[in-house]
Amino acid sequence: MDVLITGIYILITGSLLGATYSLIAMGLALQYGVARIMNLANGEMFIAGALVAFWVVTSHQLSPYVSLVFVVPGAFGINWLIYRYLLRPLVRRAKHRGQLEVDSILATFGMGFILVGVLREVFGGELFSYSYLLEPIKILNNNFALNRVIGCLVSALVCGLLYLGFYKTRAGMAMRAVAVDPAAAGLVAIDVPKISALSFALGGAVTAAGGVVISTFLTDMDPSGGVVFTLKALIVVIMGGVGDVRGAIVASFILGLTETLVATLVDPGFILAAAYFLFVLVLLFRPQGLFGRRRA
Amino acid sequence: MAENALLEVQGVSKHFGGLVAVDQISFTLRHNEVLGLIGPNGSGKTTMINLISGALRPTMGDIFMGDRLISERPARFIARLGIARTFQLVRLLPSLSVLENVMAGAVFGHKRLWGREARKYAARLLERVGMGHAIGMPLLALTYIDQKRVELARALAADPDILLLDEWLAGLNATELKLGIDLVQTLRQEGRAIIVVEHVMDAIRSLCDRCIVMNSGAMIAEGSPGQVLADPAVIHAYLGDSHA
Amino acid sequence: MTRNEGIGWMLAVAGFGAMAFLPLLEDADYLMGLALNITMFTVLATSWALFSGPTHYISLATAAFYGVGATVVAMGFEVLPFPVLLGLAGLAGGVLAALVGLATLRLSGVYFVIFTLGLAELIRQLVSWVQSNIVEVGSIQVFTDNSDNWIYWELLALAALVFLVGWLIERSRLGFAMRIIGNDEVVASHSGIHSAGSKVILFVISGFFAAAVGAVMVTKIINFDPDTFYLPIISFQVVIMALLGGVHRLWGPLLGVIPFTLLWEVIENRFQQPMEMFGVEIVSAGSLKVILLGVCFMLIVYYIPRGVVGRVETLARRLAPGGGASHG
Ligand SMILES: Nc1ncnc2c1ncn2[C@@H]1O[C@H](COP(=O)(O)OP(=O)(O)OP(=O)(O)O)[C@@H](O)[C@H]1O
Ligand SMILES: [Mg+2]
Repeated sequence: MDVLITGIYILITGSLLGATYSLIAMGLALQYGVARIMNLANGEMFIAGALVAFWVVTSHQLSPYVSLVFVVPGAFGINWLIYRYLLRPLVRRAKHRGQLEVDSILATFGMGFILVGVLREVFGGELFSYSYLLEPIKILNNNFALNRVIGCLVSALVCGLLYLGFYKTRAGMAMRAVAVDPAAAGLVAIDVPKISALSFALGGAVTAAGGVVISTFLTDMDPSGGVVFTLKALIVVIMGGVGDVRGAIVASFILGLTETLVATLVDPGFILAAAYFLFVLVLLFRPQGLFGRRRA
Repeated sequence: MAENALLEVQGVSKHFGGLVAVDQISFTLRHNEVLGLIGPNGSGKTTMINLISGALRPTMGDIFMGDRLISERPARFIARLGIARTFQLVRLLPSLSVLENVMAGAVFGHKRLWGREARKYAARLLERVGMGHAIGMPLLALTYIDQKRVELARALAADPDILLLDEWLAGLNATELKLGIDLVQTLRQEGRAIIVVEHVMDAIRSLCDRCIVMNSGAMIAEGSPGQVLADPAVIHAYLGDSHA
Repeated sequence: MTRNEGIGWMLAVAGFGAMAFLPLLEDADYLMGLALNITMFTVLATSWALFSGPTHYISLATAAFYGVGATVVAMGFEVLPFPVLLGLAGLAGGVLAALVGLATLRLSGVYFVIFTLGLAELIRQLVSWVQSNIVEVGSIQVFTDNSDNWIYWELLALAALVFLVGWLIERSRLGFAMRIIGNDEVVASHSGIHSAGSKVILFVISGFFAAAVGAVMVTKIINFDPDTFYLPIISFQVVIMALLGGVHRLWGPLLGVIPFTLLWEVIENRFQQPMEMFGVEIVSAGSLKVILLGVCFMLIVYYIPRGVVGRVETLARRLAPGGGASHG
């Protein structure tokens, strides 16, 4: 009986976490899978979203979700500008994919560091937390914090909208075409630079929204802590298969469940180790992603 | 099969997703033979070369060199056994000198020279393909044809038993073509077996002992150049696909 | 070629000779501190470039190797003599590099960066966990009879060794293989080169050196705390210094290490207190350092992709009477 309850607890907590991870992963999947930019400032964008939510809660006593109203358009605009003026020149000058990869890794590291510096100046270097909807809610005989459940619902809503957009709209179809083959997409009159910029900006907006969501239940975040989230997003995207939205979502849940499992049954100190363990398994056995076909 | 088969391709297929680029091809390459691999654009010739050189793994089927199964092995292993190739779109090493480009073939593979010995050897090969004058030149100053010659010299630097030439004669003018054909002839006289992928009919007629014709991945004819070029199926394949 | 090489050797010997005499000067503590930092980062950045220069893989594993080297010494200094530990530390770094390399170097560069990005943090967490749950010690005080002067000389010797190893690699088949791989991996494999194997060997060499530096540095810092040794920022500093200097020449990273270390030093000294600027209090040393890292990354990507060395070489070529340089 005890085993069963623990099992259910892990399953639900893990899924709640996984749902939130899927937001970061979707953000990166759009940026790397479609716009072909390995954005290592992803975690910083995420933290920036969380910090804005923190600011809204502590200085205006509003619900953190109110911050979405300006976090989403703000992140969209900033990321669009970043792509247009900083990354597009790199895309254009790259002679091959490898060069673009190295350039975008270095450039986005640079942006990430600058963002960390700016955030530290604005918000200070300390850990920040606020409490929001801490009351418990009972699901299947286990208590869960309401903030996590709501966070999960919001994530699911955003993912659902993105999914519809990706598969049901013209722009979404264009994005999928660019994800498969930018050159061929260009031949069928898709404006590849525009679609790439759009995907990058949208990816940034989704990532920042993920930051808002996670700040409602994760405590002790700090401006320099983005790297861990970048890492998780990358692991999820690679596990899911680059450019595979469904894969990314499944991988998010696998990561959320594994982390919860390890934290509950072994030791919370091994969360990162668990993520790495998954990563190594993927690298060794399925480098093409969970659902990807092995390429020659 | 044939007793003195050097290379034996048995029922090899290669699928790219739903596309069957090479469809159950079987043939042998004998010692000292020039085998022509021809067919219209997109018929799978380059893919076949990639399968032999180890750039790709077959989806099905086996390739043997002598008694050794090579189709499961990585390209570096196959290169060390003595199979060398050129690429349809020349692949040179732009940040290396012309001489170093050729040396690259002589250091790690079937032939393992190093230092002064490797340099002298590479220089001789450059002479041999008519590029002796280019040793000190920057690579980017070379014409496309000259780049192709450097690439051939690199393949030869391994002293391969089997040489795979993917449209190496394409784009040459009449005099160059004559020289090119002579060069391939002498390579054969040295005892190498050669597979040439070609569209130039003159070259096929004067070089090849046997020809294999591919169309949409499948082998549609095999025989002497005269035979296959007169084969109605071959004529249909060519005229059906190209509007020349 | 040979004349240049001769000059290079003479410069190297003279440079190392002069540096070696530094501890004998009186009242040179500040200078020694700087020299120590520069030497340490020279070893780290140069060994980083041995691997990353030709392969274009961006390794962020330096901090992990450095930390592992320090950990080996911290665990063993009571039972084994320091030179043995130094060797063991290097070995541990090499083994870690081999494991990471075998898992990731067959794949594209992105996987490798990501894997190394969190590696230091991963090992730090594991070491901390072992420290607090199994051995149950707080921090370890690594007291050895390694004096400050000796520490400096040891680092200097490591620097000399890195340059020697780099020089030998450049002349070896391995170096030639790496240049071919850097140009075109398909051609490399069709020439018989084992590219994953060659990359792993170079990565092991760079892991060895970074771990050895960590081993020496823990005897200087004395207080072994995983948080100060598995410090991800070290990896980023090393990447920036090497790229800033230029990784296509053996001595390139040195030209990045010197200015960057000096700049870092200035920030550390000048901005200990928050500064007033335009009437607003801004910029603590911490934020400024982070921003400096960011700006350097951008600088490298957008303005000096081939580093200071690349700039110098272009300039030299333009000034040279003949115009283009050719092999002689
Ligand atoms: N790596 C690959 N992935 C997917 N499809 C491929 C790949 N390589 C080749 N193909 C496809 O396989 C088919 C055969 O191509 P291949 O290059 O072998 O033809 P070919 O006979 O060499 O043509 P050509 O005379 O134009 O050089 C083509 O339809 C091509 O698009
Ligand atoms: Mg072809």
